[in-house]
Order: sequence, then structure tokens, then C-alpha cells
Amino acid sequence: MAVDKNVMVFIEFDGDRIADVSLELVCEAKRLADQLHVEVEGVAMGFEKQHLLPLLGQYGCSRVYYTNDKRLACFSSVPYAEVVAQTLTRYHPQIVLFGATTMGRDIAPRVASKLKCGLTADCTQLKIGSHKIKDKEFDNILLQIRPAFGGNIIATIVSPESMPSMATVRDGVMKMVDPDTLGDVAIVEEKCDVPDLCFLTEVLEAVREEKAVDLKQARIIVSAGMGASDPEGIALVKALADVLGGVVGSSRPVADAGVLDRCRQVGQTGVTVRPNLYIACGISGQIQHRAGMEAAKRIIAINQDPEAPIFSIAHYGIVGDIHEVIPRMIKAYKAKS
Amino acid sequence: MGLKMVVTVKQVPDTHNLSGEAMKPDGTVNRNALPAIFNPEDMNALEEALKLKETVGGTVTAITMGPSKAKDVLKECLFRGADDVILISDRLFAGADTLATSYVLAAAIKKAGEFDLILCGRQAIDGDTAQVGPQIAEKLGINQLTCVSRVMAADENKITVKRTVESGYEIVRSAYPVLITVMGGANIPRSASAKKVMMYKNVDSRVCEASYDEAYLAPDLCDTVEYIKEWNAAAIEADPDRCGLSGSPTKVKKIDSVVLTAREVKQIENSDAGISALVRELVDEHIIG
Repeated sequence: MAVDKNVMVFIEFDGDRIADVSLELVCEAKRLADQLHVEVEGVAMGFEKQHLLPLLGQYGCSRVYYTNDKRLACFSSVPYAEVVAQTLTRYHPQIVLFGATTMGRDIAPRVASKLKCGLTADCTQLKIGSHKIKDKEFDNILLQIRPAFGGNIIATIVSPESMPSMATVRDGVMKMVDPDTLGDVAIVEEKCDVPDLCFLTEVLEAVREEKAVDLKQARIIVSAGMGASDPEGIALVKALADVLGGVVGSSRPVADAGVLDRCRQVGQTGVTVRPNLYIACGISGQIQHRAGMEAAKRIIAINQDPEAPIFSIAHYGIVGDIHEVIPRMIKAYKAKS
Repeated sequence: MGLKMVVTVKQVPDTHNLSGEAMKPDGTVNRNALPAIFNPEDMNALEEALKLKETVGGTVTAITMGPSKAKDVLKECLFRGADDVILISDRLFAGADTLATSYVLAAAIKKAGEFDLILCGRQAIDGDTAQVGPQIAEKLGINQLTCVSRVMAADENKITVKRTVESGYEIVRSAYPVLITVMGGANIPRSASAKKVMMYKNVDSRVCEASYDEAYLAPDLCDTVEYIKEWNAAAIEADPDRCGLSGSPTKVKKIDSVVLTAREVKQIENSDAGISALVRELVDEHIIG
């Protein structure tokens, strides 16, 4: 059993379960680890969460280093980053993946700063490959692929000269495979070696709010872009979503403008979705948006500009004003049923 | 007394408003054609600092790393009420990733003296990484509160904020020194003050040109900022090996312009008949019920 050079995933808890994004990353880590002929490990912490960990084995995680401490029950940046950094220093993984959640994006940079290693945010694809710096060839390194520059280019980032290579990946970007119920994980309990004075954040209140909208689970999503961001356009998008039994999504500019809530934003910096049907209303289709929705089974694009990039990934294209097209769709659907 | 606050700001290309000219014929981005703007969430961080200056009292120092042109964002800070502004600029800083950037900013903050509160925008719109804030906090060995959607309370000892997280929100409190990263919705940034624009529009790094307007306002001006401080790598005692490209563990292997792999798009006519046929097809294929 190799104890170093493995692929490690930061395991996050979502209340009394393991966060989906962590399971997705274990699946992705397994894919990478198989190519490198190494194992998948997890690093987790909290208070009395041990009973949740065996599930990791079903997704391909061989071993999880778990730190149990009452003081770790609530998130606090300094001790969480410290525990992760200590675990990495002790077990030397070559790749470490974090969910690009508020927690992952909070601690991963701190850990990278401490270990002086590379970290790439919001990767949409991970690969194993090689890279040459001057005359030195680095084989079997992590290629971290992400849209950059507002999503107008795709960059492949490498960090071969520092260890480990770290990346964050958003919820829903990597695919969860079906669990193997026979899969087993070794739980290795670690001692929490962090002094009290590092616990600097007092959590006065932690409120769980039921999500007003769950884009990830939606089978039908009707999204508004700037071409549908006027009050009438938004009302039409909502009406179409209601009629079809779907939910309303938005492009980034519409969320930036505050027209629709941030939790509805689809795209690289929002939610990645895989619905049966995605209707893009007045969305131009910048890469950062497409990265979050191109896996939809069917895509209908409605846009006045026949050159809009969204048409290149749509299955059905309608060139026209959404104020005309949507009422026609509603009428046609009502006539059907 | 009062709070000693540092705000980190960045001048960024306006990636959210790409016009036709911004794209080269080969599909890559022409950076020079993009307007340079004040990173939006840094403006929210500045606003929060200015509000705390009004309620708790204290001073606000704005720091940016960038080329000479980045003075523009520092002037915007002066126009809104920053007390002191610092440009960190050196050829050595070019090509910095987040690790090298945070190293330089942390070194500059140390050089600027004692501080209680560092405020950063949650992320910059050119990279969207949200990494530099936490990395500065780690290098300074202080606590951090990220994704702050509201400052709930603050006094001379502690700050209480609301953090928006996936599952809902948290109300958390930390003593100083602490670094916070501020989200776009946290406040509505103020506009530039006309009086301050008159005072500071011609300030430059190193020297203060005494134009007529500034001469008129000179007593006021000299009490506060005389010029934009400009520090290079030597001034902040930065190790050249940890700056810029050589201090950056991440390297760009390649950049691809976005190639649209065209799907077979079925063109639907924008008419009752065309759209009815589409809806029927989707119902038949059980895509919609």
C-alpha cells in the first residue's frame, strides 16, 4: 500500500451527510489515481462524524484521515487549514482536490500559502499529462483546466515544481459514479494538534436555510439572459418555467445586475446543471455559462442575434425575440395538454 | 485611536462587458481593447472600510499591486475618502499567480505598519479565484472571515459579520487583527465626492503637482495625502525569488481560445407552426411531460 503520492480529497460535511461535491471529487480522484496507479485518500474533520465516513469507500476512497475534536464542530479557517496542512505534510499526496465551496475556497488558499504550492480555482476538467520547463520534462502531472478571463479563454494550468498540485472544483462539475456497495475505506483517526489560540472565529449562529431553488435537481430549467432581463421578459421566463414544471435559472450578468437571485446562476461561477431540457432565453452563451449547462440532454436557444455563440451548442435554435417566442411556446404547450 | 484598516484593490480588465472589438479575429481576447476598471467587489470592501471609519473611527489605507496605470484605482479610493494610498509596482512582480501576489501584498501591508482589519473584495473578475485574500491572511498569520455578505457590528476590539454559505448563513465574530473578504451585495458603494475629486485628481506618485485647484485647497490636501506612495520590491524588502513569475508555482501550460464545437442545430422557425412542432417533438421524446 503506497502511503505517499496518492490523490487526496478534502471531505466536507453538509449537515449530517457527506457533501455531494466531496463524493463527486472522490469519483474524479479515483479516475486520476487509476491512471497514476495510486490510491484515493480523504482528509476530513469535525466532531463525531466518523459514522458518515464508510460511504466514501463505495466511491473508491481507500483511506480517510479523520480528525475528531469538539472544537472542530464549527468551521473556523485557521484550525481547519492547519489540520489539512498537517495531514498533507504527513502523508505527501501528489494531488489534492477541494470542493470550490465557501469552505473549500476559504481553506485551500491558506493551505497552498502555507505549503507554497500551486492551487488552481474552479477547474472544469482535470487530466494527467506532461509538461516541459526548459529542458526538464515532467511526466504524470496534473493538468488543471479552467475557463479564464471571464470565461473567454480556456487555460491549462500546471504546477509541477511544487508539491502537491491542488485544485478546487465546483459542485456538480464532476460526475458521481454509481456506488459500489462492497467498497471499503480505512478510517485513520488523527490527533488534533492545534492549540486553542488558533480557534479565532466565534460562530454565534449558523442557520440552515432550505434552498429556495435547487437547480442541480431540476429536470427542466428555463434561464434568463440579458435579452430577457426586463420585467416583462423575466415574467415570461417564469411563466414558461411554471407551465413546463421547471425552475428559473439565470446567466451571470442577470445575477450580477441583481435581477434574479445569485443562487439561480448557471455557469462556471454558478451552478453546473444536467437537466433534461435547458431553455436559454436571451443568453449569448459565453463559455463561462456554457460550462455550466452544455451537458443538458436537450438545449433550446432563443436569441435575436443569429450569430450568438449559444446557438453552436444548442440542439434547437430559435432566432427571435423572447417576448414573441415564449408566448408561442406557452400557447403550443397548453394546446398539447 | 480607532481602527487601522487596509483595503486591497485591483485594476482589472472589464471581462463582463466584452464588446466586438475585444475579440481578435482568431477568437482570442485583445486585452488592450478592454477598459480597465476598479474590481467591483474591491469597491464593496472599500465602502465597508469607509463606513467603519465613520462609525468606529480610524484610518483607511488602500493598496494595489500593478503597473503605473493602476494609480487610477488608487485615485478612486482617494475620491471616496481613503486616507492613504500605496502603489506596489516593480517589473519583478510581472506574471504573478495568487501565491506571489499575496506574498507581495502581505510584505507591503507589513511595511505599511500596524493594522487591525484588512478588507479585500471576495474575488476579482479577471481570475475569479478568491485566493489572494486568504493567502494574505495566512502570510500575516491572522484570522480570516470570507464571503462576508454583511457587517453586522464592529467596535474597537471585535467585528461581527454575516457569511453567506451553501447551506444558509453564519453569524461569526472575530477579534482583530482579521482579514475579511466582502461580497458584492454587502453594501452600495458611494460615489466619488466632488470636493475630493477636485483635491486629488492631479495627485501623482512621488510628487504633488500644485495646480491652481490644489493650491487653493492646499491646506486640506497637505493634512492628508500629498501623493501616491510608490513602493518597489526593494522598498517592501521582498525576496525576488518569491515575486512575479519566479515566485509562482502555477504555470500556464497553454491557452486555448474557445472553439465552438458546433452541434447539429435544428433551426426552428419563430412561428406558431414551427414552435408547435418543436413542443410536440419534445413531448414525444418525453423531454417534457
